Amino acid sequence: MSTHQLTERPSRSTLFDGLTRYIPISATVALLIALYLGGVANYPNFDNPQVVAKLFIDNAPLLVIAVGMTFVILSGGIDLSVGSVMAFSTMACAWLTVEAGIAAPVALVLVLAFGTAWGLLIGAVIHYFDVQPFIATLVGLFLFRGLTLQISDTDVSMREIEFFQWGMTHVDFGNVRDGGFWLPYLSFVAFAVVIIAFVVLHYTRFGRGVYAVGGSEQSALLMGLPVARTKIGVYAVSGFCAALAGILAAFATKSANPLANVGAELDAIAAVVIGGTLLTGGAGFVLGTVAGVMVWGMLNTLIAFQGNLSSWWARIVMGILLLAFILLQRVLARSGEKRRT
Amino acid sequence: MSDDPIVQMTGIRKDFTGVRALDGVDFTLRPGEIHAVMGENGAGKSTLIKVLTGVHTPDAGEIRLDGRPVRFHSPGAAQAAGISTVYQEVNLTDNLSVAENLFAGREPRLGPFINFRAMRRKAKALLDDIGIELNVAAPLSSYSIAMQQLVAISRAVDIEAKVLILDEPTSSLDRDEVNVLLGVMRRLAAKGTAMVFISHFLDQVYDIADRMTVLRNGQLVGEWTTAELPESELIGHMLGREAATLEQIERTAAAHHAAEEEPLMEVTGLGRRGSIAPYDLRVRRGEVVGLAGLLGSGRTETVRLIAGADRADSGKLRFDGKAVNGHNPRTASARGIAFCPENRKTEGLVGDLSVAENMILAMQASRGWARSIPVARRDKLVAEFIEKLDIRPGDPDMPVKNLSGGNQQKVLLARWMLIEPKLLILDEPTRGIDVGAKADIQRLVAELSSDGMAVLFVSAELDEVTRLSDRIAVLRDRELVAVLESEADMTTERIVDTIVSGGREA
Amino acid sequence: MNTYAKRLMWPVIILVALIVVNIAATGIDFIIPTVNDGRLGGAFVNILRRSAPLLLIALGMTLVIATKGIDLSVGAVYAIGAAIACQMIIEAPDQTALGLVFGAVALALVVTAVIGAWNGVMVAYFGVQPIVATLILMIAGRGIAQLITGGQIPKVQDASPFTELGRGSFLAVPLPIWIAALMLIAIALLTRKTALGMLLESVGGNPEASRLAGIRSKGITVLVYLVCSLCAGLAGLIGAANLGSADANNGGLWIELDAILAVVIGGTALLGGRFFLLGTAIGVMIIGTLDDTIINVGLSSQWQFTAKAIVVFVVALLQSPEFRGWILKPFKRQPDAPAPEPAPAEEVLAK
Repeated sequence: MSTHQLTERPSRSTLFDGLTRYIPISATVALLIALYLGGVANYPNFDNPQVVAKLFIDNAPLLVIAVGMTFVILSGGIDLSVGSVMAFSTMACAWLTVEAGIAAPVALVLVLAFGTAWGLLIGAVIHYFDVQPFIATLVGLFLFRGLTLQISDTDVSMREIEFFQWGMTHVDFGNVRDGGFWLPYLSFVAFAVVIIAFVVLHYTRFGRGVYAVGGSEQSALLMGLPVARTKIGVYAVSGFCAALAGILAAFATKSANPLANVGAELDAIAAVVIGGTLLTGGAGFVLGTVAGVMVWGMLNTLIAFQGNLSSWWARIVMGILLLAFILLQRVLARSGEKRRT
Repeated sequence: MSDDPIVQMTGIRKDFTGVRALDGVDFTLRPGEIHAVMGENGAGKSTLIKVLTGVHTPDAGEIRLDGRPVRFHSPGAAQAAGISTVYQEVNLTDNLSVAENLFAGREPRLGPFINFRAMRRKAKALLDDIGIELNVAAPLSSYSIAMQQLVAISRAVDIEAKVLILDEPTSSLDRDEVNVLLGVMRRLAAKGTAMVFISHFLDQVYDIADRMTVLRNGQLVGEWTTAELPESELIGHMLGREAATLEQIERTAAAHHAAEEEPLMEVTGLGRRGSIAPYDLRVRRGEVVGLAGLLGSGRTETVRLIAGADRADSGKLRFDGKAVNGHNPRTASARGIAFCPENRKTEGLVGDLSVAENMILAMQASRGWARSIPVARRDKLVAEFIEKLDIRPGDPDMPVKNLSGGNQQKVLLARWMLIEPKLLILDEPTRGIDVGAKADIQRLVAELSSDGMAVLFVSAELDEVTRLSDRIAVLRDRELVAVLESEADMTTERIVDTIVSGGREA
Repeated sequence: MNTYAKRLMWPVIILVALIVVNIAATGIDFIIPTVNDGRLGGAFVNILRRSAPLLLIALGMTLVIATKGIDLSVGAVYAIGAAIACQMIIEAPDQTALGLVFGAVALALVVTAVIGAWNGVMVAYFGVQPIVATLILMIAGRGIAQLITGGQIPKVQDASPFTELGRGSFLAVPLPIWIAALMLIAIALLTRKTALGMLLESVGGNPEASRLAGIRSKGITVLVYLVCSLCAGLAGLIGAANLGSADANNGGLWIELDAILAVVIGGTALLGGRFFLLGTAIGVMIIGTLDDTIINVGLSSQWQFTAKAIVVFVVALLQSPEFRGWILKPFKRQPDAPAPEPAPAEEVLAK
């Protein structure tokens, strides 16, 4: 019997590999820091810690749907319905508590369960009937915008409901007037979502399955992984996150606008891609998504500080960044292909 | 070795839309044996394996595992029953680490969480046991395809399979890596694992296999122990003799090329790394050159370089008196090189388009989109070729996907005959088609060459190659080993001898 | 019945059914055109007039989808086209000058064509997936339109000839209908009188076979994205002319989704290959009529989204072979006999 021992070093050193894997995310973080320093240099009071804290107040709902979107995109899919599901959830909270008089905690549970169930349904359609995710989730985009408008085509206020005060309850860090800052409870909910998502994606079989399916669905199937459960699961996660984001929005504004969050799915997709996740699936990090959302928030903050710029600049810059990141990913992918042949 | 078979397949039949891929095949696998399944493309090897691994369900016949009848409806079910498979393509996810690929779906856990430290330790131990040393934390994509294949095999081994199926696992491995794999296989066999081994490398098969089952055209040819079946006999069984009596093709054209005439095409040192070793080949006008060799010998790769379908990374090509640089399918067709690829459906025809549209595609492509072929001319040409090639049904507007294989092949031929090429390259034009169409196509090749067209002809059937060719290039292990020129050499026996010897003897 | 008629049968039946429902709800006037002040009017003519921008975009989208692609940026391009023309006109001292209007329209069309070419280059030369390449402009495009208009909504004077593009008529027929019909004919001629249509279907149907047949697919790909974007720009001009203003935020909002829907209803598969321009036109009319039908049968306008969602869902499921197999399982007969001729075998046999 031959006792041949074969050794192969990775074609790249681990250090180099780490670098290529982290190039997109490092670029995002560097950009974030540059934006922040640029703000500090140009505007008084930009160095107030509350400026950073505010990013996590204003963008908490976006952060939550972007986390859900990260799951979907990592698995190689896309979810266009999150903006509408989010608006529907806010409206449903309002209707259930204000019109139907259901106790707020019960209403929240119903909304979350509904968002998850919707995700399960659409995931099942995508997996079992092999409908393209783009088209299947388009149904949700139309359906929930329509249902939201049918509940009410005007704003519904939830100010009367005591429970919705909870979300904006302050937690102070240091003396707010003197170098400290505060965060509301809803920001902590968003943090919790990020942490749970991180743990699930990196340390559970489901999470690693998401990466495997995104890497190659065919291979995952032949390796005997539960592909159906994974693919349906990511849409359920995204549905849950969208519903939760709607609830956070309800906490933040205490009112439901039927035309809220139009295009939120695009912001979420952009944040995910800028955060270094490959749109074709299989590679990326949920913490990158956090950075992507922060870039979006930082751009808006800078525009607000500037005062005479319109908010559409943020969209344009996001588009340019998106272009840069997509081209960067193409270059990295091509060099990868070359290396292997 | 116990004599009770672990897998017993009897009378397996599998049909695909009117084609019988497997026709009453029996297959027996005993514990601790390495059993090679041999056959050419389309012989039914893959279908047999896929029936056993639950990818396909058989239309008739019985599978017994450990004496109990079983029926698998998915690869997962077969895996759960102890049948594990390694495919030719690495079926792992290269975005994850080596360790994760080894243990995906069965990671060691602490509570609900994956225990990465334990996983890496187990991965290291497993690879040590196999005889390879890798950084198990590195992404799989940072290793060569060969190493990835060994990781796939390690994964399959670790699943404690009773039956391990290796479907062309060695096609991307070099000699050392193959030795490691064969060593692993021997160790597993000693432990009692039964293995099904599919490979087109005969030396590996003879090195490792205890027993062989040979298939041809979906039927069982027989089962032999390796010792009782010499290589030349095996090749004879695999390639077979044409059963149907095809009319003798009159070959008169070959006689009248003057040997000193400048060849139409001259290739020197053309090659592509990992696909075909550099080779020389000449083709004269009006000559049919056959390419013979076993599956995986580089037949297709050879002609794809000439057709511009793949880029050569060494060597020169002269065509029609001019040196050819920067070759692609479009420039090739402009120079008069036509290529009918091996796989009609995925590389040849556009299934949704009509017979007429598929026929004029190459001609139209050469004219550009703006200069459409006038309707009257197009209808006339299409009608002419439908009649000339006897394409049935003769409806030019029918989607080509609704035609039978033989008629599809004729449509593809018509596409290239329309541009009146100087060199026609046919890659397995008669595979999987009925006898009538086969005879038609063979007659056509003879006719075209009589009219002065040069033809490069790849075929797995030696009878066909010898009947049609003026000269025969023989390939083995991705290398062109000999060109048979004399009348006396044009026999199937001579070709088989050349393949076996690798063209080395005098 | 040939395949073309077969493909068109279902969309036509749905359209006729919708029209019948409307006639039942509002009387025969729904379909009969009226003539007011020498202009054609009436409910159905209005539907056609309002659908003209969607038809333009859906025609371009049909070509893109035929190549296995998709263009998500058309809504944003619509807004950009509208913004360029309106902004240029309102900045001029005399908004009624004909030369100015032509210049504005030409500039808008050139810019949108360049945008389309850019999308095409991303797809064909950089190898970016179509959905990703066009997503960039879908996200940034409305910002660019805002940049052009300075965040305002430019309002063109009613006296400017520009508004004729949306409100005028020629031989009693509204101009938008003329433009859309002419574009339908132009694209039909462009694709069916040249070989472009066949080569598009070939590239979309089987890219590798097309490459081996010697087709230059890159140039063709750039061309269809260019045409699609140009159509979107033209649609934006008509929409803006009709309103007399360019709303960068809401002009052409979700029109890309409607256009994709119209293409799919019209029988063109999202996976590329055969395309049906007339089917797309009928799909557009179905979507336009659907909106009116909802109002006419007494439902609130909020039902429009829900109805559309149901249409997308049904169409997506009907196009899924898995779904058809699943739903038809109880009705399927066993095949009587094996096919007389051996069908192509290599696909199933090859590894």
